[in-house]
Amino acid sequence: MTEFAVIMLSTILVNNFVLVQFLGLCPFMGVSNKLETAIGMGGATTFVLTLASIASYLVNTWVLMPLGLEYLRTIAFILVIAVVVQFAKMFIEKTSPLLYRVLGVFLPLITTNCAVLGVALQNTSHAHNFVESSLYGFGAALGFSLVLVLFSAMRERLAAADVPVPFQGAAIGMITAGLMSLAFMGFGGLV
Amino acid sequence: MALMRISSPHATGPNRTTQVMLTVCLATLPGLMALVWHFGPGPLINVLLASIFALALEALALKLRKRPIGFYLRDGSALVTGILLGLALPPYVPWWLIFVGVFFAIVIAKHLYGGLGYNPFNPAMVGYVVLLISFPLPMTQWVLPAELTQQTPTLIETLLGLAQGTQGLPDGITGATPLDAFRQNTGELVLDVYAQSPVLAAGQWAGAGFEWVNLGFLLGGALLLQQRIFTWHAPVGMLATLLLLSALFYDGGSSNSAGSPWLHLLSGGTMLGAFFIVTDPVTSTTSTKGRLIFGAGVGLLVFCIRTWGNYPDAVAFAVLLMNFAAPFIDYYTTPRTYGHTKPRKATEKSE
Repeated sequence: MTEFAVIMLSTILVNNFVLVQFLGLCPFMGVSNKLETAIGMGGATTFVLTLASIASYLVNTWVLMPLGLEYLRTIAFILVIAVVVQFAKMFIEKTSPLLYRVLGVFLPLITTNCAVLGVALQNTSHAHNFVESSLYGFGAALGFSLVLVLFSAMRERLAAADVPVPFQGAAIGMITAGLMSLAFMGFGGLV
Repeated sequence: MALMRISSPHATGPNRTTQVMLTVCLATLPGLMALVWHFGPGPLINVLLASIFALALEALALKLRKRPIGFYLRDGSALVTGILLGLALPPYVPWWLIFVGVFFAIVIAKHLYGGLGYNPFNPAMVGYVVLLISFPLPMTQWVLPAELTQQTPTLIETLLGLAQGTQGLPDGITGATPLDAFRQNTGELVLDVYAQSPVLAAGQWAGAGFEWVNLGFLLGGALLLQQRIFTWHAPVGMLATLLLLSALFYDGGSSNSAGSPWLHLLSGGTMLGAFFIVTDPVTSTTSTKGRLIFGAGVGLLVFCIRTWGNYPDAVAFAVLLMNFAAPFIDYYTTPRTYGHTKPRKATEKSE
């Protein structure tokens, strides 16, 4: 039980995928302009990431390893992720047409979110078992959603700030993300 | 009698921002005096240098941004940032370290965001964290309080320290702080840690020197509270959470103990953080409920990082992390306007 708690704490805070490992920065910068889209994106990414890490674990263990095709891992995982994203897209379109419209182009872009592939590949390199893999994916997604939502609330405030012209927009966003990453270093050693 | 038409505001008085900032500067005096009494002239030089650098860099940033320099310099906010960073730094650090810290505080954390009122992170704490991560060695070497050394460094030695850092000081003058002693504790009873660590053995509750410095900041904070510079919510939220958690994990002073509540409340940067950093009106939350949550979050993070993390003290990290969460907390603690129902969340769509 403790090891599961350690995995969750590690992926959410200590080894946060965005602010410590610098994966998934494109949606982090791209979808963080408004809080409501950020919450939607966080939910969608959580769904996709958890499912993708489970699916890629199964593909790796039951298809690639028995057939000795480990060198195809990256391509196989990308395929798995694309399928899961397509599934999530259809799911959201049916359940919440509004969120589907709000997320727009960013939903298919989860496919190219490097955090999703990063989680799948790290699961194999850490030799996680089934439960650990799914928890790792879920924790990574929760950490991603947490910083995305907090960052979007902060960017809504920054939009009204008197930022010097050369630093407006993405530049001050990157500086803010850097300062946040600095603050996240304080979690070092917690696990 | 001709009645003149006068429009609001009717209350006249000195510039409120200037007045608040200068009161905060004065309220740091008890803590600063305790620091100088126990650690020699180093902290005073830190504060003076940091203030001069802060004012100079503020003027430079304002000039680059083509803003009226005199008007913004007089609001005193740069002075407060400089003083707070100077108080947080260990005594006898080299001068360039202070300069780098103040540069990140004033230019990066404040003016890139548009200056006073827009900065999302507390400038002094940004400067401190940048220094702590970039220069861990000089930032973690505290000189021993006067109770443990024959004499505190003289003015000459202080100036030598400015040029060379703590390497320029005589040997045996730096040592572990009370929080360091607990950080390095490997399975000793609390009583034994107190007996073995010279700085804890020489003190009353939380280490010689450090406890009086914290009591000094507590006195200054109480004065600010009495002057209604800030409300009680954020400091009480932080101190109550820290007290509760340290009491829970005190464990009767066993070898697993995280230290007594007195140790946590009266050592490190606890009181400076609680009354001078967490109460920053710009970077904390705005509603009273939000401030309680903000303070409690800082207290929780301080305790967790101190007890289980890599860093012996965590006030700066905890404040930055909660600064990061502050806009989100504000979003969900918007008070109800009198005569209206609870406002709808922006995340609930009307369609």
